[in-house]
Amino acid sequence: MPVSLLWAVDVYGRVFSLSTGGQQWEHCCDAVLEFKRLTAVQQCCWGIACDHHIYLNVHASDVPIRYQEEAYENQRWNPVDNFSDRLLPSDRWQWSDITGLEHKPLDGFLLPSTNWEWEGDWYIDENFGGEPTEKGGWTYAIDFPATYTIDKKWNSCVRRRRWIRYRRYKATDTWAKIPSEGQSGPLPDPFNDISCGGWEISEEPRGRLSLWAVSLQGKVWFRGGIHHHTPEGMSWEEVSLPGEVVQISCGPGDLVWAVLWEGQLIVREGITRDCPQGSSWVVVDSPNPEVGTIHVAVGVSVVWAVTKDNKVWFRRGINSHNPCGSGWIGMVGEMVMISVGLNDQVWAISREDRAVYFRQGVTSTELSGKAWKAVSVPRDGDIRPNSSTSTSSLHSAGCFFSGEVRAQSVMSEDSDTEADPQRAVHEMLSDRETKRDGAAATSIPEEEVTPGDAEAKSPPPALVLSPSQSGGPGDPQWSTVDLEEAQTHLAVGPAAGRGDSSDTCSLSSVVTCMLGLEGLYGPDDHPLWAWVSGGGCAVDCHTQLNWFNSVTALTSSIQAMSLSVSPAQTAAWRKQIFEQLNERSKREIDNFKHYEQAIEQSVWVKKGTMQWWRDWKPHKWVDVRFALEQFSGPEGHKDGIVFLYYNFNEEKKYLHAFINEVTILVPVLNDSKHTFAIYTAERTKQRWPIKLAAATEMEMHDWLALLSVSCCDSRGIQGPPSKQAIWSITCKGDIFVSEPWPSLEACPYPTPCDQMFWRQVGGHLRLVECNSVGVVWGLGYDHTAWVYTGGYGGGFFQGLASSTDNIFTQTDVKSVYIYENQRWNPVTGYTSRGLPTDRYMWSDATGLHECTKASTKPPSPHWTWVTEWAVDYGVSGGTDREGWQYAADFPTSYHGYKTLKDFVRRRRWARKCKLTTTGPWQEVPPIPLSDVTILPCGDQSVVEQIPLWAISNKGDVLCRLGVTLLTPAGTSWLHVGTDQPFKSISIGGASQVWAIARDGSAFYRGSVSTQNPAGDCWYHIPSPARQKLKQVSVGRTSVYTVDENGTEMFPRYYSFARLSVYVFNVALSVQVWIIADKVQGSHSLSCGTVCHRLGVQPMEPKGQAWDYGIGGGWDHITVRGNNIEAPRVRMPSLTDALRPPSTLAARPLPAGNTENGNAVQC
Amino acid sequence: MIADDKDVLRDVWFGRIPTCFTLYQDEVTEREAEPFYLLLPRVSYLTLVTDKVKKHFLKVMKAEDVEEIWFEYEGTPLKWHYPIGLLFDLHASNTSLPWSITVHFKNFPERDLLHCPCNSVIEAHFMSSIKEADALKHKSQVINDMQKKDHKQLWMGLQNDKFDQFWAINRKLMEYPTEEGGFRYIPFRIYLTMSDRPFIQKLFRPISPDGHTHTLGDLLKEVYPVAIANEAKRYQVVIHGIEPLLETPLQWLSEHLSHPDNFLHISVIPAPSD
Repeated sequence: MPVSLLWAVDVYGRVFSLSTGGQQWEHCCDAVLEFKRLTAVQQCCWGIACDHHIYLNVHASDVPIRYQEEAYENQRWNPVDNFSDRLLPSDRWQWSDITGLEHKPLDGFLLPSTNWEWEGDWYIDENFGGEPTEKGGWTYAIDFPATYTIDKKWNSCVRRRRWIRYRRYKATDTWAKIPSEGQSGPLPDPFNDISCGGWEISEEPRGRLSLWAVSLQGKVWFRGGIHHHTPEGMSWEEVSLPGEVVQISCGPGDLVWAVLWEGQLIVREGITRDCPQGSSWVVVDSPNPEVGTIHVAVGVSVVWAVTKDNKVWFRRGINSHNPCGSGWIGMVGEMVMISVGLNDQVWAISREDRAVYFRQGVTSTELSGKAWKAVSVPRDGDIRPNSSTSTSSLHSAGCFFSGEVRAQSVMSEDSDTEADPQRAVHEMLSDRETKRDGAAATSIPEEEVTPGDAEAKSPPPALVLSPSQSGGPGDPQWSTVDLEEAQTHLAVGPAAGRGDSSDTCSLSSVVTCMLGLEGLYGPDDHPLWAWVSGGGCAVDCHTQLNWFNSVTALTSSIQAMSLSVSPAQTAAWRKQIFEQLNERSKREIDNFKHYEQAIEQSVWVKKGTMQWWRDWKPHKWVDVRFALEQFSGPEGHKDGIVFLYYNFNEEKKYLHAFINEVTILVPVLNDSKHTFAIYTAERTKQRWPIKLAAATEMEMHDWLALLSVSCCDSRGIQGPPSKQAIWSITCKGDIFVSEPWPSLEACPYPTPCDQMFWRQVGGHLRLVECNSVGVVWGLGYDHTAWVYTGGYGGGFFQGLASSTDNIFTQTDVKSVYIYENQRWNPVTGYTSRGLPTDRYMWSDATGLHECTKASTKPPSPHWTWVTEWAVDYGVSGGTDREGWQYAADFPTSYHGYKTLKDFVRRRRWARKCKLTTTGPWQEVPPIPLSDVTILPCGDQSVVEQIPLWAISNKGDVLCRLGVTLLTPAGTSWLHVGTDQPFKSISIGGASQVWAIARDGSAFYRGSVSTQNPAGDCWYHIPSPARQKLKQVSVGRTSVYTVDENGTEMFPRYYSFARLSVYVFNVALSVQVWIIADKVQGSHSLSCGTVCHRLGVQPMEPKGQAWDYGIGGGWDHITVRGNNIEAPRVRMPSLTDALRPPSTLAARPLPAGNTENGNAVQC
Repeated sequence: MIADDKDVLRDVWFGRIPTCFTLYQDEVTEREAEPFYLLLPRVSYLTLVTDKVKKHFLKVMKAEDVEEIWFEYEGTPLKWHYPIGLLFDLHASNTSLPWSITVHFKNFPERDLLHCPCNSVIEAHFMSSIKEADALKHKSQVINDMQKKDHKQLWMGLQNDKFDQFWAINRKLMEYPTEEGGFRYIPFRIYLTMSDRPFIQKLFRPISPDGHTHTLGDLLKEVYPVAIANEAKRYQVVIHGIEPLLETPLQWLSEHLSHPDNFLHISVIPAPSD
């Protein structure tokens, strides 16, 4: 899980953030401002500063926020001026938007605020629907508005061209002031509370957020129009209220609760995708009618509240149908405020010590969690040269905040008589400077109680330090320091409480002395927090946080660091053990090999029962006995045979396979059974695997692990895959590697690729790419990028079949889709009653299979549902407001609006499921990717940069910096601007970068080199025969692409016989591999099959024939790691044509030598 | 060359001690008994792997002269219920190989040795050690969750010298919750040649209360500080014939250098005088 931040404000108004991977609070450097409140989400943090203005801190990202402005320049032809800006009076503006209706002069485009800057000047777009236009970018038509073409015809009377310019949001990682402008001028009063959320309401537009704010007068304002391209939003809208609000909380979804001055709560109803601000309020009583509520915090399906007596309450029965819930449950702990973050995790600030507490044990099934645990990590500013000032300010600020809570309770009790509570709070807030100065001698009644409070609230540091004390006995020095300090503080505490200045001074001297002794921990070390926001903090019940024990946290962090500095593998003790064991073998065994062994090797049989798919009539699963016999083969290699005993017509029969002939063991997608298939080369050819199902997942994993180890042993394969390995991925997301033999590319008699042996590597990916020096990246179904750690095993490979220190947890998320189908009838309109001939009213995409919400299961037992079914609006072709798509009949093309001819409609429902596994993969946060490519390079030094390019899931082109052999994950992304989203990218020999845009056009990136890793500009390469391209792969001298029909093409646009292709891959030494759609074997048809093009030569890029390998659900293959030079048998007739590509680069032989090749070989 | 922790397990399992068995001079034989040479697995038990030895010597003896077999090295009766590697490290390290063991068929030293009438006695001893170790490591949870056939597989793995068969099950005994960073207690025994006590065994955790990783040195400091007293090296601390550095984490040792009975058998022996 990538690191994310917990935000908090201390009682001085300083903003701190704590990383989920970190162990100390980092002071947010924009220290000019003091903050009152914060509300964080993953991409940004909103806050109210002491000036009551709202500030926005957008977190910097490697991909900048940039917005494309566009304008059209329109011209009409006349016989005198030819094409000119002289338009007819009835025509559109000379400068307009795309519709022509709006006047858009270039100088009329203004930056929305000072937080934006222009990226460059206006320029002309010379790409028209995927095809390059002529210089000037003009497109022609008969008249406005009409169909435009890039060719000028005899009847082209008008023309237009598109100008584009980018503006970029520049105020990242800094607090940018948001003007408090409503739709009609400035807002009447300043803000008092703020809450951000609502990102789960809709994915369109991207990064959409709801922001709710409360003014000092108790009014509620909603800020609309906040999304990725307008992080600041548009303007404030007032929301009508049943009373005056003090505080509001907005969850990630449609939950919004607020607290009224009188202590009741109000719940917003009617929040939908189309109406994110909701429609009405419902009042909910305070948990305790005697004691009003002062604070509320909501998540996706939880509501927490704090009453004036600081009691914490949890609301039962909250769900999307019932945002009000059903009842309150009192919780343990006294808190002043609570924040609900991602995954409904909870943070709070305790009344007693003002520490931040984390609610432990919050899971989707136990939303109320188990216990509060204090977050006790130091702040980065804890070493201060002179702590006397902060000690005194601590005192005053402590007064101030305890006063606030008290003030509210006092005031609402007196709300009938006391006229203006807001004023009091306002005064309190605005008074803070004076209070700080004269903290000891103020006369406001609330404050008289505060010294005592402050005393109670600043606990002796002995508490904070107790962990070190308890760990102390082994280390006497430490315990003395602790004791001394505790005593010091006991003396200091009351003094500070009294606010006696002389005592404070003496304290400071003691403190300095203490700091000298110990450095990190001063008596005022314990931070007092005022506000916390976990809205951007992604943790769940499995996350390991190092936040809870500062002293051990420190020591353990030191340990962790020392481990990472000297990786466990190189530790001296380990080396010593390895060396000594080697010496021991030499001493005790090597000279005595002729001795007899005490135990004779024997056959070991493992037996079990399984189900076997009998693939002849009647096709069914039959119970079989299954056995693996292992023995030592003739050359000492271990070998074995698998047997499968079954009954046929009362007769006992068996099937068997030699372990050394098994080419792959592959888990098969099945939503109810734990299924896997065993292939041999012969069975691959026939497309006829042995399919088996185990009773439990455990049992299948035990068998798979055992069989897999057995297969590897028989082939002498162990440890991690080599750098040359060929990687592939099945449609189930399972990862396989194969060690390439040089003979695979041998010419003219290559080894058939159905003989390749594949073994599984733990993890779950959609796509994998590698290069020949061992850099491997993968992308998950949820677009997360993963880098290979160099390990092996993980997943169900445990113990011996798995490496230990480079296996990590990996998760993946994908959506399952079902369709709701309806037919129109004249009486009732659209209903779920179809014609007898119609498809199921709930079906899959094809309509052939019934898929109801209740019966649809996740793709395999490994997946678990993580959301409920929800209408999916992101369907190609668009939908109406309820997600429906219309058509004349099933199955035709659907459109997102209803016409008179539409008799049927459908909408797509999506539900997300999640898989958790382990494997040799580490996440590369934070940008989700849709494609990645790595330069296949030769041997190089470990520090040399390896070019790696990627495309984000939003279509941004990215170039990774800092990728080396030592740091295969690289360091940061460099954004490469494009005029439209991209979908495929490939980098080949001599750093040639080719890419395919979403509109199917091909681009070449110019001037990419080591010095200029991102190149300088894109060249639009016309697509072959106006084909829309889908994927590109670049070798050393040739570029291969796939068009949208799946036809593979070459630079000179040879087109193969139509062979559908999912994915294909080209290595440097001209190896062409693809995944073909369908391949026919003697027993069945296999979809998604690995194919290898034979006879591909630099001079003959087309090759000669396909060789078919493993298949049945393969999705992806990469051969870009394989730079093994193939042995070539030179045949006289071919010699002239053949020039092995590897020799081209490695040793360009003079022509004479090549001709003498035969002679040399003889 | 070892590259991976996994290889340590293999090296430990496949450790062998070349041994020369000779018949005790006073045994009555019909003709002269030739010595018998054998590679003994370090992790196994003497009586489990010496069927061949027994057969060899019985050929030259009369049935009535044969009682229960036992072994002796330089006057010390060898306890069959200690792993062979431990016996060697404890009594015969720093001597020349092969290890020469004297075979007796008479005068069973009742005070020093347990009887071993059949392999099921070894199995019972082995399984009880594993159970004791798991009680220390996991409050017996792992071993109790296993099925009878898994227990059998552990034993058969040892008996037939099947590394994969044994480790397929044993790995479960070596797991622990990541958040705890190790076992509850480390199952270990420290053997001293110079002492009357057979061995030292105490409760010792892999991680200190304040989160430090305990090392071999920490263990010895706590349990038998003499072994690592700073003066000129008087003792060797030997596990599986090697001397791990004192900073080696105890948890790692327990996972990788334990015997199949899941105990870390540590020998503290006097350092050779030269």
